[in-house]
Amino acid sequence: MVVLADIPAARQQALRHLLAQDCGSCHGLTLQGGLGPALTREALAGKSPEMLRAVILHGRPGTPMAPWRPFMSEAEAEWLVQQLLEGKAL
Amino acid sequence: MIAERQQRDVSAALAGCLLLLLAGCATPRGSGDLGLVIERAAGRVQVVNTSQQRSLATIAGLGDLSHASLVYSRDARYAYVFGRDGGLTKVDLLCRRIDKRVLQAGNAIGGAISQNGRLIAVSNYTPGGVKVFDAATLEPLADIPAVYGNGQHSKVVGLVDAPGNRFVFSLYDAGEIWIADLHDPRKPALQKFMNIGKQPYDGTVTPDGRYYIAGLFGEDGLALLDLWQPEQGVRRVLQGYGRGEQPLPVYKMPHMDYWALAGDRAYVPAVGRHEVLVIDQRSWKETGRVAVAGQPVFVVARPDGRQVWVNFAPPHNDTVQVIDTLTGNIVQALRPGKAVLHMEFTPRGENVWISVRDDNRVDVYDTESFAKIATLPAQNPSGIFFTPRAHRIGQ
Repeated sequence: MVVLADIPAARQQALRHLLAQDCGSCHGLTLQGGLGPALTREALAGKSPEMLRAVILHGRPGTPMAPWRPFMSEAEAEWLVQQLLEGKAL
Repeated sequence: MIAERQQRDVSAALAGCLLLLLAGCATPRGSGDLGLVIERAAGRVQVVNTSQQRSLATIAGLGDLSHASLVYSRDARYAYVFGRDGGLTKVDLLCRRIDKRVLQAGNAIGGAISQNGRLIAVSNYTPGGVKVFDAATLEPLADIPAVYGNGQHSKVVGLVDAPGNRFVFSLYDAGEIWIADLHDPRKPALQKFMNIGKQPYDGTVTPDGRYYIAGLFGEDGLALLDLWQPEQGVRRVLQGYGRGEQPLPVYKMPHMDYWALAGDRAYVPAVGRHEVLVIDQRSWKETGRVAVAGQPVFVVARPDGRQVWVNFAPPHNDTVQVIDTLTGNIVQALRPGKAVLHMEFTPRGENVWISVRDDNRVDVYDTESFAKIATLPAQNPSGIFFTPRAHRIGQ
C-alpha cells in the first residue's frame, strides 16, 4: 500500500495531468473510455489492483495499451491505481 | 415607382443588417481566413483569424472535447464539432455562437460531411456505428450499427466522405472497411469489405477522392481500397514494413488526418517505429523511409507539398520535425514546447499554426524561415482547423 505522503504533491499533480491528458487520449479526458476501455470507478470495480498496476507498467500485448514504466515508478503506478479505484483520480 | 422599389429594397437590406446585428453577428465578411482552435479540457473553441493571427472570440458549452475534430459546411460559415461525449455541435463562425447542438451517442470519435453538403455523418465508439444527420437541422436520418461476426458492435474509426455522396469508414474491432452510399439519406446502401487487416486505427482518402487508406495497428501495413473500382476489393500495401522487428511502444495513436501528398509520393506515419514511410502513389510501393525523432502522430504536407511536418507521441511530444520532400532530409527541428498536439497550414502554406497543449499556447510559424511570428493564448489547445477544409474531399 502506498500512502499519499510517499508521492510528493507536485508529482501527484503531474501524474493526474498525465492520466487526464495522455491516458485520456485513448481512455477519454473524463476516463469514460474511447479506443481504450473506461477507467471510471464503476468500470474498474472488482478488478485487482495488482493486475491494474501490471497493465499500466507493462502494457497489454496485442492491444494499443503501451508499457508506461518509463513514465513512472512502481509506487507511482500503485498510487495511480488507488486513485482510480477510489474514483479520486481526476 | 423605381425609386420607391429601390427604397423598399434598401429598407429590406437595412432590416436584414439589423437582424444580423441583433443575432450578434459582425459586419458582413467572408470566412476564408477563419478557423477554430479546440480548447479540449474547457469544452470551448476559439474563432481565429489567420490573416491577422489573432483570436476573435471564444465559444463555450461544447462538452467533452478530448479528441475533438470538426468539418465545415460548404459555405464555410458553420463548423460541425464532434465531441468525445457524443455531442454534435454546429458552430456559427460569423455570428460566433453555437447554432445547434445534439447529444447523438455515448462516445464519438469523428465525422464527415457529404459531397453535397447536406449530410453529417458521425462515427461512434459506443454504441459502435455511424449516425447520419441533416446538416441544416441536425435531425437524425440514418443509423448504421457497426455489427459484425456474432452480433458484436465494433468501434468505428477513419470516417471520411467520398464522391458519390458516400461515406467510408473502418471497423477497429472487426477489421473491416464499409462504404455507405447515401443517395437515399434514410436508406444507406452498405458495401462491406472483410479481413482488411488487424485493428485499423484510422483512415483517410486521397485528395482526389479515389483511394481510401486505413492504417493498421495490429500489423505492419496499410489497407487500400480503390473507390473507383471497389469490386476489386481491399488490398494490403507496405506489408511487413517493420521487417519482423519488435515494435516500439506507441504512447499516442498516429493520425491520418489528411493524406500527405508531395508530387507522386505520400508520407505516412509508421506504427511502432520512429519512421515516416514514403509511398509511390502510382505503384503503392515503399520508396523510402525517413528516420524521425519519435513515434509520428501527424504527418502533414504543406499545401505545395515541398515540406512535410511531423509531430510525435510522448515522450517526444515537445518536438516538430520538417522533411524537405525534394531531398528526403530533415531540414528543421523545432521545440515548440510541452505536448505539441496538432499542426494546421494556412490555405497556401506560408504559415503553420501549432498547438502546444501543456504550455497553453498556439504558435504561428513562418514555414520559409521557421521563425515564430505570433503566439495566441489558449487553454490546453488540441485540434486546429481552418475553413479551406470546407472544400476538400475527405476533410
